[in-house]
Amino acid sequence: MKSITYFPGCTHQTNGRNMESSGKAVLETLGYQLEEMPEWICCGTVFGLSEDDLFHQLAPIRNLARVEKAGDEKLVTMCAMCYNTLGRANLLVRKDEVALEALNRFMDDEPDYHGRVDVVHLTQFLKDEVGLDKISSKVKRPLEGLKVMPYYGCLLLRPEEVSIDSMEDPTIICNILEAVGIKSIKGSHISQCCGSYHTVDKKEAVARRSSEIISSARKKGADMIALACPLCEFNLDDRQRLLSKNGMPVLYFTELLAIAFGLEDSCDFDEHYVDPRPLLREKGLLGGSNGQE
Amino acid sequence: MVLNESDTELRLGICGTRGMELADSELLIRITELSGENLRSCYQCGKCSASCPMTDFMDLFPRDVIKQIIEGKEKVLFSETPWVCASCFSCTARCPNDIDIAGVMEAVRQIRLRGKYDRFHPSRIPLDELEGLPQIALIGCFRKMTG
Repeated sequence: MKSITYFPGCTHQTNGRNMESSGKAVLETLGYQLEEMPEWICCGTVFGLSEDDLFHQLAPIRNLARVEKAGDEKLVTMCAMCYNTLGRANLLVRKDEVALEALNRFMDDEPDYHGRVDVVHLTQFLKDEVGLDKISSKVKRPLEGLKVMPYYGCLLLRPEEVSIDSMEDPTIICNILEAVGIKSIKGSHISQCCGSYHTVDKKEAVARRSSEIISSARKKGADMIALACPLCEFNLDDRQRLLSKNGMPVLYFTELLAIAFGLEDSCDFDEHYVDPRPLLREKGLLGGSNGQE
Repeated sequence: MVLNESDTELRLGICGTRGMELADSELLIRITELSGENLRSCYQCGKCSASCPMTDFMDLFPRDVIKQIIEGKEKVLFSETPWVCASCFSCTARCPNDIDIAGVMEAVRQIRLRGKYDRFHPSRIPLDELEGLPQIALIGCFRKMTG
């Protein structure tokens, strides 16, 4: 079993815990053990965009400094927002020596950071390090007959400096899902914003965004949406309760891998507003305790 | 070269804002400092506005925000648009002149927030909703909307 240094972030251990539990189970089957990095703190959620605002780069860089001190060169995260914030801060200090020096001086109780840690999203890790063939080799129950629209959202793709794939025509989640037998559907809204944090102050606007994204999936014949961000998951799944037409299951892509690997007990489907189990049972894709009525 | 007002309007009408030789307003200088972006390279193609998924909720299109900043119109600081922008970077990704428009929106927000303004207050979240909201949404909202 190989060990991977892991940044959980705040939401994958609370509202978005299904991605962490299913992702961990899937990685263990593939021969990788997630090890939480020492003393992780909130990444700050959103990357600070102001030129003079180094203060908001402290949180991500503090995390990276702790990983570097522990002797690790790679930090894997499952959350799209953590990935974007940590990744952009990392690129900023790699390009800007003055900023890095200022941050290191400010963090006088931390070891200096030297920009040696690579921030990697789980999708990249699965595709580039684990490999799609290995993922296919662990499938116990091919998820054939399930039509899924992968939804990428914003922060895994933009801006270009941190994009995990083509910004306009991403395929990485499709490729991973296809490795477990899923027919992925390409929709028109796969990289359109779900409304993000406006779910707090403008929930009706977010519900409208969700409605448009879900409609685009329905029009293409998708049974389900699969994604990799806990905020997108909340907005597309939970905000369906504000819509008159709802009922589109929205799962983390790791949950689908878990089902294909026979690890569906690592998913708590009750956490989702739209219960995916009726659809999964209809397709004959659930066993274990989660498959029971 | 000195332009009078009608010349300015003519040039804006014909070729957008590129090539204007008027002195930069204080607003444009401040936004440029905060965002690090060269707004004068905007030629008003509107691709940002066409790409933005939130324009239904905005009072100005992103393109208009850029134009008003270049023209030094400080009323743009009171537009709804920067508070509706969710920093999805669709505009940034597609701008043919490589302007980080999301970064410009942040600069407008920062000018307001640094003036002791809070756009949002946590007390406005109904208690029965608060428990269900992911931390990531709360932190993101407070980072963007409070000073």
